[in-house]
Amino acid sequence: MTLSARAGIVSILILVLFLGAWHLATSGSSSVQQMDPEYAKLMGITATQGKSAMPGPLQVGATLWKHLTNPFYDNGPNDKGLGIQLAYSIGRVAIGYLLAVLVAIPLGFLIGMSQLMSRALDPFIQVLKPISPLAWMPLALYTIKDSNYSAIFVIFICSVWPMLINTAFGVATVRKEWLNVARTLEVGPLKRAFTVILPAAAPTILTGMRISIGIAWLVIVAAEMLVGGTGIGYFVWNEWNNLSITNVINAILVIGIVGMVLDQLLARAAKLVTYPE
Amino acid sequence: MTEKLISIEAIAKRYPAPGGGETAVFENLWLGIERGEFVCMIGHSGCGKTTVLNILAGLDAPSEGVVIVDNVAIEGPALDRAVIFQSHALLPWRTVLGNVAYAVGAKHKDWSKAKIKEHAEKFIELVGLKGAEYKKPSELSGGMKQRVGIARALSLEPKMLLMDEPFSALDALTRGTLQDEVRRICLSTGQTVFMITHDVDEAIYLADKIVLMTNGPEAQIAEIVENPLPKERDRNQIHKHADYYAIRNHLIDFLVSRSRTFKDEIRGKPWDPKNVPLVRPVAAPPSAPEPLRKRA
Ligand SMILES: Nc1ncnc2c1ncn2[C@@H]1O[C@H](COP(=O)(O)OP(=O)(O)OP(=O)(O)O)[C@@H](O)[C@H]1O
Ligand SMILES: [Mg+2]
Repeated sequence: MTLSARAGIVSILILVLFLGAWHLATSGSSSVQQMDPEYAKLMGITATQGKSAMPGPLQVGATLWKHLTNPFYDNGPNDKGLGIQLAYSIGRVAIGYLLAVLVAIPLGFLIGMSQLMSRALDPFIQVLKPISPLAWMPLALYTIKDSNYSAIFVIFICSVWPMLINTAFGVATVRKEWLNVARTLEVGPLKRAFTVILPAAAPTILTGMRISIGIAWLVIVAAEMLVGGTGIGYFVWNEWNNLSITNVINAILVIGIVGMVLDQLLARAAKLVTYPE
Repeated sequence: MTEKLISIEAIAKRYPAPGGGETAVFENLWLGIERGEFVCMIGHSGCGKTTVLNILAGLDAPSEGVVIVDNVAIEGPALDRAVIFQSHALLPWRTVLGNVAYAVGAKHKDWSKAKIKEHAEKFIELVGLKGAEYKKPSELSGGMKQRVGIARALSLEPKMLLMDEPFSALDALTRGTLQDEVRRICLSTGQTVFMITHDVDEAIYLADKIVLMTNGPEAQIAEIVENPLPKERDRNQIHKHADYYAIRNHLIDFLVSRSRTFKDEIRGKPWDPKNVPLVRPVAAPPSAPEPLRKRA
């Protein structure tokens, strides 16, 4: 049996074990205590039936099926399908991320190619980079005055740094001999940037883009919890307020899967531009 | 006077020394290369051979002095001086054809894609890589990669071919084949070549003139050795030639001892770096190599 087949079997085993343990832990049947019915009513089913308020895997699975079969319903601001909420989140991430690409890659080229700009901009990058993107939120809300754009801005600001730094690094470390080839061929600066530096630095740039999309997806959930209204982050917060742990777990699962898909997309793209030496 | 294609005039290269001040790799270096000549430079590691070649290529600027190509002082790299890099320097994301076509397209900006491709294919065939046009450099052996580098340089049909130890990373057999091919191509096209090598036999087989460089720092050109062997050479017969051991011993003697002690050798004697001795080692008698002439 191949290694991946064996690994797959182990993965399934772990999943089954986990689901089994989860099921057992949540379907507990500790003896129901005798108590004042009034008090029991207040306590809810946890105390009265010896059942956990934590939903079991079957319950979560059932709701997940409901969400999957009807992802785009819209019953007003507080009850939208999971698909709609995800679309909002992905849309914000996409816009903020693309804006970051448009800024970070040209700027990274500049920094990578010019010692002067590299040194001049370094202090700003060093200070701005470690700022938690959410710390920008109040400032963004105050200046932009729109929660949606503010969330996009936060995505932009958190995705820009890894791309900027990786692009600058990739451009600055292009093998000198390749640049010398371009020089001896009298290739102009613009053509050199596109035919030598960009392909040479592309794997490093893509690495930065992959880190950025991961961070952006982490940040969007928190940002939407803050600004509210729409999005998967808001959905999680809203369901917590509704005390629907089942929906919260569903959302967590979906967030993980979308994050994985985004990461894999960038990994594929990275593979396309990678060259063996 | 013979026609000089390249004239290196009084170049110096200095680097800041670790403890302040400057160390000179070389000072006041003069060298002329005639059209159609195959010139090899030999010298110990670190004496500044690559530095000379990079200055010739325009990739490096001398601290002082000029290089004149066809009566014009060079100001940087140009398409008329093609470089074959020691590390082949192929663009790994391009195919064999892509690498050669990149050079052809850079030179002939007005050519159509088809014409560029046709020209590139001609030179790929010339170096014996027909059939490998669509392979990436990573799929090629070291010798094949160097062939692509040679095809790329030749496809530019440059005035001057500059090679920095082009075969040093190859096994002996591949090196021999590539030497044969480079020799055949350069001879048939009258290509002017400047090549750095560590290999005395390679120099004897390929060169018309061999430039001997002393050890650094402050290296100098000790002399220029004219190859006494006939232009028509066969690598398997060459050692039977009467003058073969004369030139070989002369070169080895230089590398083993004279490169180190050369400064003492000329101490107190008049020395003109502009006109270093041109010697032609021939079989005894006389046993010692004698100066053929002082270049005036
Ligand atoms: N950037 C630099 N800074 C300081 N010294 C340098 C620099 N580049 C080269 N040198 C010095 O210049 C000298 C000549 O170097 P060069 O590469 O031309 O030698 P070389 O003759 O080609 O040697 P090899 O046969 O090993 O290739 C060396 O002693 C080296 O230390
Ligand atoms: Mg060298």
